[in-house]
Amino acid sequence: MSADQVAFLVLAPISVGAGIAMLLQRNAVHAALLLVVNLVTVGIFYLMLAAPFLFAVQIIVYAGAIMVLFLFVIMLLGVDRAEPLEEPIRFQRTAAVLLGVGILAELVTAVRAGVGFRALGPAAFAETGADTAALARALFRSYVLPFEATSVLLIVAAVAAMVLARRRPAPATAEPEGVVDAEEAAPEEVGA
Amino acid sequence: METYYQSYGVVLAVLIAGVALVAVAFGAAALLAPRRPLPAKLATYECGMDPVGEGWSQTQIRYYIFGFLFVIFDVESVFLFPWARVFEGLGMTAVVEMAIFIGILALGLVYAWRKGVLRWV
Amino acid sequence: MDLLDWALLLGRVAVVFAGLLVTVMLLIWMERKVIADMQTRMGPMRAGPRGVLITLADGIKLFFKEGIVPAEADRPVYLIAPVIAMLPAFLAFAVIPFGTSVTLFGREVPFQLADPSIGILWVLAMASLGVYGIVLAGWSSGSNYPLLGAVRSSAQIISYEIGMSLALVAVLMYSGSLRLSEIVEAQARVWNVIPQFPAFVVYLIAGLAETNRPPFDLPEAESELVAGFHTEYSGIRFALFYLGEYVNTVTVASVAVTLFLGGWRGPAPDVLPWVWPLLWFLAKVLAVVYGYVWVRATLPRIRFDRLMAFGWKVLIPFGLVWVLLTGAIVVLPDVYGRGPVVAGAAVVFGALVLASVAAPLLRPRPAAEVGR
Repeated sequence: MSADQVAFLVLAPISVGAGIAMLLQRNAVHAALLLVVNLVTVGIFYLMLAAPFLFAVQIIVYAGAIMVLFLFVIMLLGVDRAEPLEEPIRFQRTAAVLLGVGILAELVTAVRAGVGFRALGPAAFAETGADTAALARALFRSYVLPFEATSVLLIVAAVAAMVLARRRPAPATAEPEGVVDAEEAAPEEVGA
Repeated sequence: METYYQSYGVVLAVLIAGVALVAVAFGAAALLAPRRPLPAKLATYECGMDPVGEGWSQTQIRYYIFGFLFVIFDVESVFLFPWARVFEGLGMTAVVEMAIFIGILALGLVYAWRKGVLRWV
Repeated sequence: MDLLDWALLLGRVAVVFAGLLVTVMLLIWMERKVIADMQTRMGPMRAGPRGVLITLADGIKLFFKEGIVPAEADRPVYLIAPVIAMLPAFLAFAVIPFGTSVTLFGREVPFQLADPSIGILWVLAMASLGVYGIVLAGWSSGSNYPLLGAVRSSAQIISYEIGMSLALVAVLMYSGSLRLSEIVEAQARVWNVIPQFPAFVVYLIAGLAETNRPPFDLPEAESELVAGFHTEYSGIRFALFYLGEYVNTVTVASVAVTLFLGGWRGPAPDVLPWVWPLLWFLAKVLAVVYGYVWVRATLPRIRFDRLMAFGWKVLIPFGLVWVLLTGAIVVLPDVYGRGPVVAGAAVVFGALVLASVAAPLLRPRPAAEVGR
């Protein structure tokens, strides 16, 4: 057995186990941590498949940024808050089942499509850093439009988040007179 | 082929060495340090007063916005790295492409700025 | 790989690890001595000659201290947080080239543990994992001060991480490689600090914030948060946080040296060719750390809202502009020739500097804000 097979046999159960444990975990922070474990092991799989750039993206964006946001949200809500068991959105359960079936179908298709692929990427390729360059060339030559569209997607998400998190009209104590910067106090905010 | 896995193997060795260091430190401390827990000692630190309520309180929503902006700009920087690797070969077009990308995202930052989201107090 | 290779590999890891620990030990002593000198005090002077063993004494003391786990704490997370805070700092250092190489037993042994093709991104990835130690420590303590300190700290770190990665991108555009050894190679003629001076400044400031060092030590502002995220930690677990923080400082300084200050490069005589690069590297790291200590002794702690404002309103916009400007500077000479491009860049840069100086002056200031 080669080294990467050993590594896979060690890491795969950890990855799957962390995923399952995350679903069963009641404490939100513990669940988030198990998700981090899962994300990091998946990142190491990328590394073993000779895609070091994807590994870095996985760690920096998923484990580093998105999970920190998750933790912020969890802390924001307070961990101990008991979740009401009734559904706040109607047909939530039905929708969840339908979406779950959809994702399952997609996964099966994706895995079946991938079965024919070579199991390992060329490591010599990754060693020279050519994987990053090849990805970049594809991105900035053939897929320029999707790339630019990504920025629009990101900005829409950002604006939505800001609107959702907008503060209520401030009570008198929050902003003593004279402290408001002229350039920063947008009129909409005061009137909202 | 071999050097690729080798370099990450070394990193693994560093990780193991780090864990070993921690294990030795914890082990030594477990042997050397006293352990006499008292209720007062285990109480949450509150500047001499008895703690009231839970430590896990809700925090400001402000942090959430910064977390969100961070995700967006982090994704942006992840796009920047491969771009920086190859843009010289692609010439001016690549610079303009990235300028548009950054420009659109900068609009988000300007929006946040104008809305007073970046203001803390 | 035969047995000798394995032995050399393990030896390298062990030597670098021990070297890093000794460096940190001396660094803490240096910081205390330098600060004491700047404040006309003596600083540590009992343990060893001129107090050089003070860190060792402190460390040994911490082994004998009781490690308290507060009743309110979330036990597993509380216990693992200091480990998570420390390990990424060591892992990030693993990719730093701190010298050339030496021939031992007929094998070439490089002075760099690993040299992955993603180099800089590895450092960045480890930095982003380092946040967890702090967030988890603060949350799991089940106490108000640590929680506030942790949330503050993570908000600060993630804000300045973007500025840092923008500075790294600018360097990458210049050297065309992510691999750290190649970046050092590319600085054979001129160090990156000269063409990339703005990126260097951005990196140094972001580095201060990343390592929670003064004047950005808000998460541990003792006047408001007691000791921040490690308020509830004691004994060896506190020591791990402390160690992690200083290893992080060494790593940040090493990255600054590698990316901007020519790495291990420096003039060297022909005797013992492997010693000089090592010494040059150490000297440069020491210089950067000395700068950080100097800043600590000079500047008061910055207010949190201003810290965030500086990160988002100054550092990040400036970094974005600088990245695009670097792109233009690198690409345009192919089209228009070198002279006009340099002149144009100088004009744009001058205008930027002027604008950044003028903007605060032009801003109306309400009476209540005179202190700002």
